Amino acid sequence: MNQKKTLLEVRDLAVSFRMYETGLRQRNLQVIKKLSVSLHEGEVVAVVGASGSGKSVLAHAVLGILPSNAIISGEIRYQGELVTDELRRNKLGTEIVMIPQSVTYLDPLMKVGRQVRGTKGTKEQQEKAFERYHLKKEVAKAYPFQLSGGMTRRVLVTTAVISGAKLILADEPTPGLGEEDALETMKNFRELADAGAGVLMITHDVDVALQAADTIVVFRDGMTIDQCTKEQFLAGKEALHHPYTRALWAALPQNGFTVPASEEEWRG
Amino acid sequence: MWKFIIKNTLRMLLLLWVVSVVTFAMVEISPIDAVSAYVGEYAVTEQQQQKIAEYWGLNESPVVRYCKWAKNVLHGDMGVSMIYRKNVMEVIGERFGLSIVLMGCAWVLSGLIGLFLGIVAATYQGRLADKAIKVYCLLLESSPSFWIGMLLLIVFSVRLRLFPMGLASPIGMSVSEATLGQRLSHLALPVLTLSFTGISKITLQTREKMIQVLESDYALFAKARGESVWGFVFRHGLRNVLLPFIILHFGSVSELFGGSVLAETVFTYPGLGNATVQSALKGDVPLFLGITLFSTIFVFCGNLAANVLVAVANPQIREGGNRGKRSKKNEKVTA
Repeated sequence: MNQKKTLLEVRDLAVSFRMYETGLRQRNLQVIKKLSVSLHEGEVVAVVGASGSGKSVLAHAVLGILPSNAIISGEIRYQGELVTDELRRNKLGTEIVMIPQSVTYLDPLMKVGRQVRGTKGTKEQQEKAFERYHLKKEVAKAYPFQLSGGMTRRVLVTTAVISGAKLILADEPTPGLGEEDALETMKNFRELADAGAGVLMITHDVDVALQAADTIVVFRDGMTIDQCTKEQFLAGKEALHHPYTRALWAALPQNGFTVPASEEEWRG
Repeated sequence: MWKFIIKNTLRMLLLLWVVSVVTFAMVEISPIDAVSAYVGEYAVTEQQQQKIAEYWGLNESPVVRYCKWAKNVLHGDMGVSMIYRKNVMEVIGERFGLSIVLMGCAWVLSGLIGLFLGIVAATYQGRLADKAIKVYCLLLESSPSFWIGMLLLIVFSVRLRLFPMGLASPIGMSVSEATLGQRLSHLALPVLTLSFTGISKITLQTREKMIQVLESDYALFAKARGESVWGFVFRHGLRNVLLPFIILHFGSVSELFGGSVLAETVFTYPGLGNATVQSALKGDVPLFLGITLFSTIFVFCGNLAANVLVAVANPQIREGGNRGKRSKKNEKVTA
């Protein structure tokens, strides 16, 4: 894995939001304190953390779509190159793509096919991608509100693959999906990675993420606190170092649903 | 489809009946006496006035007069205008021809300007352009249109002498004799005045909706795919602000009609709004009722057009409406 090219390297990323309290008093809300993660070609990395812990901000920071009151520090590199607005202009939507989480990321009044093509794709690419994900041709002429949950999911995936993306950021890809659809999504990610892309998946569902991920990065309180391989995680408690990761493992249904009695146990 | 047409026709007839009764009652209790308004300054004896009243049938009870009028209307006879001495339909036809040009131009102009300003303000939200447009809208919204009309007259026709003071054609010339250029120069200021009443509402509404669209998830996604802000505005923004715009703008036809009364009075433009004022002041009941009914139909059609257009333009209504037909197609899609 190590000899493969590094696609994305995030080092010491910190993000805070400037907020105004009563009057003109300013306050900075720190969402990410220190986040480091790296992603190679052919790899699926799952960033796991509780809902509302600011994981999505990581994807938004890479894509440069944080709101204007965000303050960002640290380093984000794509293929060794510092990610700038210039680089984003060239690569976003083609090499670097995002797979959004729900149907609300589609324009409700535009037909699906045209949206999948976006401004950079062609009709042939779209039709090929639809075929690959078992979407009928008619779906291209449907509006988002006419799609079922599973179809929406596949349509969202096709938006990412039509241009042969190298870096795929998937933000909470599974909530609201049935088990079958969730597993299919994981299968899709695995296939994309096996074909040479790098997939960074941001999720709170460790169990589902394990179906595809090579590496699990645990995110808590604005920091990445642990990183382990899928094998380590599956091996169980003994192979894991950090108490929080161990607690995560123990909380999985197949490992007995145990929730630590007190915080001290996993505080570390 | 037939159900829709029948339902709306019945609705309109009911509306017309109610409006005619209310208007008739209000004219009846108004202090204006048709006979004295008609004779005006002329020295007329009491006896002669009696004769006019008799000739017009004013001595009968209001209920009888309303019933007679309603019967005639149902037979297609709107009566004769007392002040113009012409058939009411003829007067309305002539006047409406002039008014529709005025209202149409103002309507299109306010729609285009409002839409444009709203989109610009939303796209530059919080910045100078946005602030300037907001201030402009608030100023416009809080100034009465007749006052704006007078201001335009003072600046453009009294001071700068760019446009004529009033009327629809040069003095001593009928509208049909005037050249297109002459007619346009007479239209310019009234159109501008009338369009001002609509602009601010449309601008602010469009701005609000566009901001919503720009803050939506699909806007974020477009940005994540490398689309530029203006690219997004044209590709996704326009279609999403267009529906509320249609509802608002077609629904504003009633305000347009009201505004035209003021604008036409200020510019002595010989349109329907002007005739409305004249007929009311001089107690010309047949004409007044005729215009009221006509404008009711006009406004009703405007609102109806909004409903129909939105249903046609919005896929969620268009394709969601006939669920029976679509579910079959849907099965095929999911299979």
